[in-house]
Amino acid sequence: MDNLLSIVTFIPAGAAAVMALLMRGEDASAQRNAKWLALLATSITFLVSLGIYTQFDPANTGFQFLEEREWVFGLQYKMGVDGISVLFVMLTTFVMPLTILASWNVTNRVKEYMIAFLLLETLMLGVFMALDLVLFYMFFEAGLIPMFLIIGIWGGKERIYASFKFFLYTFLGSVLMLVAMVAMYADAGTTDIETLLTHSFSAASFDVLGIHVVGGMQTLMFLAFFASFAVKMPMWPVHTWLPDAHVQAPTAGSVVLAAILLKMGGYGFLRFSLPMFPVGTDVMTDLVLWMSAIAVVYTSLVAMVQEDMKKLIAYSSVAHMGFVTMGIFAANQQGIDGAIFQMLSHGFISAALFLCVGVIYDRMHTRDIDAYGGLVVRMPAYALVFMLFTMANVGLPGTSGFVGEFLTLMGAFQKNTWVAAVAASGVIFSACYALWLYRRVVFGDLIKASLKTIEDMNTRERLIFAPLIFMTILLGVYPSLITDIISPSTEALIANFNQSLAAADLSAAPQTASH
Amino acid sequence: MIQADLSVILPEIILALYAMAALLGAVYTGKDKLASTLVWSTAGLMAVLGAWIGFNGSGTHAAFGGMFVDDGFARFAKVTILLSAAAVLVMGQEYMLRRGMLRFEYPILVALSAVGMMVMVSAGDLMSLYMGLELQSLALYVVASMRRDSIKSTEAGLKYFVLGALSSGLLLYGASLVYGFAGTTKFAGIIQVAQHGEVSIGLLFGLVLLISGLAFKVSAVPFHMWTPDVYEGAPTPVTAFFATAPKIAAMGLFARVMHDAFGNAVADWSQVIALLSLLSMFVGAVAAIGQRDIKRLMAYSSIAHMGFALMGLASGTQLGVEAMLVYMAIYVSMNIGTFAFILMLQKDGRPITDIGALNQYARREPGKALAMLILLFSLAGVPPMLGFFGKFYVLRAAYDAGLAWLAIAGVVASVIGAFYYLRIVYYMYFGEEGEDLDRATSPVLWVFLMGSAAVMVFGIINMFGVDGAAAAAAATLVN
Repeated sequence: MDNLLSIVTFIPAGAAAVMALLMRGEDASAQRNAKWLALLATSITFLVSLGIYTQFDPANTGFQFLEEREWVFGLQYKMGVDGISVLFVMLTTFVMPLTILASWNVTNRVKEYMIAFLLLETLMLGVFMALDLVLFYMFFEAGLIPMFLIIGIWGGKERIYASFKFFLYTFLGSVLMLVAMVAMYADAGTTDIETLLTHSFSAASFDVLGIHVVGGMQTLMFLAFFASFAVKMPMWPVHTWLPDAHVQAPTAGSVVLAAILLKMGGYGFLRFSLPMFPVGTDVMTDLVLWMSAIAVVYTSLVAMVQEDMKKLIAYSSVAHMGFVTMGIFAANQQGIDGAIFQMLSHGFISAALFLCVGVIYDRMHTRDIDAYGGLVVRMPAYALVFMLFTMANVGLPGTSGFVGEFLTLMGAFQKNTWVAAVAASGVIFSACYALWLYRRVVFGDLIKASLKTIEDMNTRERLIFAPLIFMTILLGVYPSLITDIISPSTEALIANFNQSLAAADLSAAPQTASH
Repeated sequence: MIQADLSVILPEIILALYAMAALLGAVYTGKDKLASTLVWSTAGLMAVLGAWIGFNGSGTHAAFGGMFVDDGFARFAKVTILLSAAAVLVMGQEYMLRRGMLRFEYPILVALSAVGMMVMVSAGDLMSLYMGLELQSLALYVVASMRRDSIKSTEAGLKYFVLGALSSGLLLYGASLVYGFAGTTKFAGIIQVAQHGEVSIGLLFGLVLLISGLAFKVSAVPFHMWTPDVYEGAPTPVTAFFATAPKIAAMGLFARVMHDAFGNAVADWSQVIALLSLLSMFVGAVAAIGQRDIKRLMAYSSIAHMGFALMGLASGTQLGVEAMLVYMAIYVSMNIGTFAFILMLQKDGRPITDIGALNQYARREPGKALAMLILLFSLAGVPPMLGFFGKFYVLRAAYDAGLAWLAIAGVVASVIGAFYYLRIVYYMYFGEEGEDLDRATSPVLWVFLMGSAAVMVFGIINMFGVDGAAAAAAATLVN
């Protein structure tokens, strides 16, 4: 099948269209049909996407499963995956059926809810597969619409504020990227990402409004893309939309946000910033590394004082994403491998943690840490699952969380020892807040009257956690499952990066001499 | 010779003769009883003419010694004008009929203003420019005050007339200066005078005054003051008309004057238009934030959109004109759907324009709410809707012409603007329980709303070939 990627991408959208056009009514049977159809569609998507995984050839560092069609304005519809993106595609198709299952208790506007999630899946998959700048931007931005609605319609009390903040914050970040894309189109004459990866943009320094810009065009473009990806990531100090969005979003929304949407930022850095603007990246590396280190420490400390479980996990996500940016901008094999590994593992772990919160929120309708305590007495299975993911979040060896953190720290250590040293303290802080959270919620005596009748997880909930547990432990003990696939592509990426950096330095040298 | 000239302006002649015949017919027979029939026949004729011009026209023909030019650019603009005017006429028919506002003059005036617009976009001379412009404007002044018994409507008409007259005065003054310093009123002659990019100071004054007059017509800041009041005061179908066809005509005329008459002095006018564009985008985005009246909101929205279209024009390149045409085509198709939605809003038979009344609209009317949602995101320029492609195109044109600062300012303004579109989404989808609006809907409006939303979604597949047509049209104007 030569259009496998398009099939995978548009199965959910097709199901959403069927739902929107053919399904009527709001009664119980209509709701059940919508849920089953959504589950079916996402599961089929996952099964078909396994075809991508099995047929993918890791040794080939170019793009595979290429599809190319003419589009309007000289743009093209071009899809493809390489070692960097293929696993993000798999992560997305893997997580989506679980989020649908996790939404089984939704009763308000079920059809629209499922349509929003299905469309979101299509758009997220498109982001990881698109090989045309404008196509990428389209998928990247369009994802805001369903997420805006998910937070705004099915969210908590402060959902309006959170949804507007989410939308406008990320929209503002991305439009600057749009201008940079227009500039790239003008410079290279094409929007084809495959071609742009080999195009070298001018890095000659110039002045803008009296400010001397080292690295010239490349630095400006880097900054424009950075504005978008750093917000999406989210990096300190533009992370403030995330805790609001997470707290207000319904459980499934938080899961998608943490597990997949945040990864678009990291993916963007790897797909655009590093290979296309190597000089710009080099100019900004120190700044980004320090921002990452600050993010790790600062947000870990903030997480420690949170009263709301979801907010705590949201801040912990920001901290973990700090490791990712640190690894990416270390720009060496361990750093980038580790960053991708960390993103994938965080996809499983954070999804599971938000689901853990969802389990008890469904029962007690509160996320206040103070409202809980001693859950282990009535919910032993839950306590076990929560324990596992708390440990994975902390980065316990044997879980996937350890591998990512270790590799990124190792990569950063080679680049900038001080950054690595500061960030490493974040590992300790993360143990503090995660274990303390666990202790307050699960351990202790069950003294709260409201908790006396709480039920342990049911079969559906166990079914959701099973694959996540499996993946977390599997990746923890057998990390080469991931690194074997990504390494050839990251190796090629780093080789190109260093090569163009060296070339740029050579060509820049005579210019600086003449000044 | 005269036959050749007449054959060039045949569509205009047909429409003008039809309007006069209809006037006579209506006066001598049933008067307002004929109004509904006239609406349909006028719309039908305009659609047929639009199709005829679109499919049959070819080449560039000048008539009356170059006063009237029929080229690809004019044809593109005419097709858009005629089709959107026809659509808006049909949309408003039921609304006006139900409120006893449907007079037989309405379709006739719309037809006459369409003739004016067609002359505008074909103008090859300052005289024909002014003739077309005034024919269009006078008809519009009258339709703005269609509801003689409503203070707001008459106020809208009067305001529009006084400010419109002022702008015509500015434009005329500019035209006379241009004539004085160029020695001719023909665009082809003016461009000769400004051949080497050396524009005399008098000509420059004339140019700036011309631009000011035209900026009034496209409601660009700082000449936009009339827009919110007129949009609010005029009956909604008339507002819908104002927001569509006249905007294309004025924009088309703008492009024609700038490129045909001053095409050698791009550097002189490009900065002026860039400034107009910048101000329009920001004022349109910021001023709409506080609006609760959806018609005023659409007025500011159209100001912001004109800012974007002007960004294309400011580039002064062929790509810029192409981008402007694509932008206008997309803008008009969005606005038709949006106004179809606004026309449907009523409670106990009375029109509602307060956006607060949309609370929980999505729960009661999921289909229409979804269509409006798509249109709103398209207006905001969020991909994957078609509105995004319009923005992308003008940004590209501006960047290519070295106006990167304008492009950056534009995207920032579009983020500010996104807020008020989102606010309507907020009312429709997140709002608390609100009052029940009337359920009764007209199938015509429903078709336009759904059609427009479908265009916004499916247009991204191949733009229905509009991009190719716009490219060809721009190539005939700029060379």
